[in-house]
Amino acid sequence: MTRDLRRQLKAAALWLTAFLLMVVMCVPGLWVVLSAFRPNREILAKPPVWLPEQLTLDNFAKIFGFGADQVAIPVAAYFWNSMVIALTSTVIALAIGTAGGYAFARFRFRFKNAVFLGLMLFRAVPGIALSLPVFILWSRLGLIDAQLGLIIVYVALNVPFTAWLIDGFFRQIPEQLSEAAQVDGCTRWQAFWRIEFPLARSGIAAAGVFAFLTSWNEFALASQLTRSTDSKTLPVGLMDFTAQFTIDWAGMCAMAVIIIVPALILTFLVQKHLISGLTFGGVKG
Amino acid sequence: MAGITLRNLVKAYGRVRVVHGIDLDIGNHEFVVLVGPSGCGKSTTLRMIAGLEEITSGEIRIGGRLVNDLPPRKRNIAMVFQNYALYPHMTVRDNLGFGLKIAGQPKEVVAARVQEAADILGLAQLLDRTPAELSGGQRQRVAMGRAIVRHPDAFLFDEPLSNLDAKLRGQMRAEIKKLHQKVNNTVVYVTHDQVEAMTLADRIVIMRDGHIEQTGTPMEVFNRPANIFVAGFIGSPPMNQLPCSAEAGGLRLADGTVLPVPARLAGKVRPGAALILGVRPDDISPEGSGLLATGEGAMVRLTVDIAEPLGMESLLYSRLAGQEVQSKVFGPRLVSPGEVLDCRIALDRAHLFDAATGRSLEAA
Repeated sequence: MTRDLRRQLKAAALWLTAFLLMVVMCVPGLWVVLSAFRPNREILAKPPVWLPEQLTLDNFAKIFGFGADQVAIPVAAYFWNSMVIALTSTVIALAIGTAGGYAFARFRFRFKNAVFLGLMLFRAVPGIALSLPVFILWSRLGLIDAQLGLIIVYVALNVPFTAWLIDGFFRQIPEQLSEAAQVDGCTRWQAFWRIEFPLARSGIAAAGVFAFLTSWNEFALASQLTRSTDSKTLPVGLMDFTAQFTIDWAGMCAMAVIIIVPALILTFLVQKHLISGLTFGGVKG
Repeated sequence: MAGITLRNLVKAYGRVRVVHGIDLDIGNHEFVVLVGPSGCGKSTTLRMIAGLEEITSGEIRIGGRLVNDLPPRKRNIAMVFQNYALYPHMTVRDNLGFGLKIAGQPKEVVAARVQEAADILGLAQLLDRTPAELSGGQRQRVAMGRAIVRHPDAFLFDEPLSNLDAKLRGQMRAEIKKLHQKVNNTVVYVTHDQVEAMTLADRIVIMRDGHIEQTGTPMEVFNRPANIFVAGFIGSPPMNQLPCSAEAGGLRLADGTVLPVPARLAGKVRPGAALILGVRPDDISPEGSGLLATGEGAMVRLTVDIAEPLGMESLLYSRLAGQEVQSKVFGPRLVSPGEVLDCRIALDRAHLFDAATGRSLEAA
């Protein structure tokens, strides 16, 4: 076998492996999107209909309450809850994470490493393990079925990660920049706000996307802590499509698409920052 | 413009003292270089003057005003950092104008002063570039420009040339000197490079382990080093140091060679004292190939181990009294290893140090 041929075969094998992996990862997502645009009958058909014979927007019309038959699910309320909870918790987590990350990167204080390690360990606890204690606490505090209850939980989940990521970014900004700004006439706060913050922006954006997606997609804790349209988020709302004996797959998939779209849009918007953010933070030890 | 006064300045991190009570008066318009090996406290001292490092005790005055507890922005100083510390997200123009903008100067004033600084430093073509698009020397110039636009009381330089290659360092050294002659500011400049210290300074402050070893003009510290440390640190190649003991006839080296005591130090040598004879390589040369041999001298025979021809002179390595000694041949003459040369030591320019304390006998 010539060396050239062997190299081509190797490349082909590599492509094939990559393709198979992508198929495994993407097909369920594609299936959800496809199913959102076809009738239940076709989704449940045996043998399966791989390529839809007709595409329809009926499923979306149904869950939004238009058209002939409607599904009585308050999607708009869930969407609103999800937005409020995800955005608020992200903003708070970013504010705390930026301040914390800056402090870890710049200041020396007692028990710094212990506190940092503690934060990371806390992040390692599976969220579901916290559900019972959180549920008991929240029920005493009256935070069950309240947006605020979920916001607090998501802030707590996101702060360790945002602080860790943002700490890495501030570490890569030479301290002399802040010092130069202070000699140039800035207060410490001005030096942070005008010099260090803009330079860490991509890291903060990356941390923000992660925090938002975590809150946006979270199901386990939300399903425990929410009850009604006052606080139910979209992922929890998906469960509304399951009745005792039937599951409305078409409606569920349509709603899943509604969940995916804002996340995709956000990711596209900050994509540039996200990539530089991930690689930038990545080199940190 | 203003002078700077340091009084009994101390810096300690916990129990570890890094600067031990420094006293220094820096005159108005004076260019003072703090020089010393790494860890000698020179940068810490500079950062204390800037206000970036808290002082443990003592006093700092800039233009007569006590600034101990003032933050950097209220000290009216400018600083050039080793890594330039240019703001990467701003253009050169914004970098230069940042301090003025923060101070709330009107736009026209900022623009005029930025233009002025850009003209002085030849940055006019680069104003719209970002620091990433500049070469090392250009970045250095922007850092200096940022310092001069604000018309500060004093410039502080923290090893500004150590990130540049040798050729550029020479150029920038000259530019800094030119800038000082033009702007005539008070300058405190920190470096570990004695060549920079010698070429730039009005006055050199040599530091070691948080103490000032000697303060003086470049020629003073070169010609009359106060101790063996300064003698070894200032001058390149460094001064040869030969242990010897004083006896009636002169100075006895380790191998028994006896050299006469330099006449100007004769009164200060106690018989039996353990001393170190310091002679610069420039002052040991074959007869006829050295500096003008007018004063007193002594002859030694040296076998050349290594010769480094440098064009107009050659640096020779040989052994004398069991020690490596560097000497020089001036003039474009080739010297080969193994060659035996009768060399003249210019004793009138030699130094004697107390072997125990390291102090120069001249200073005592």
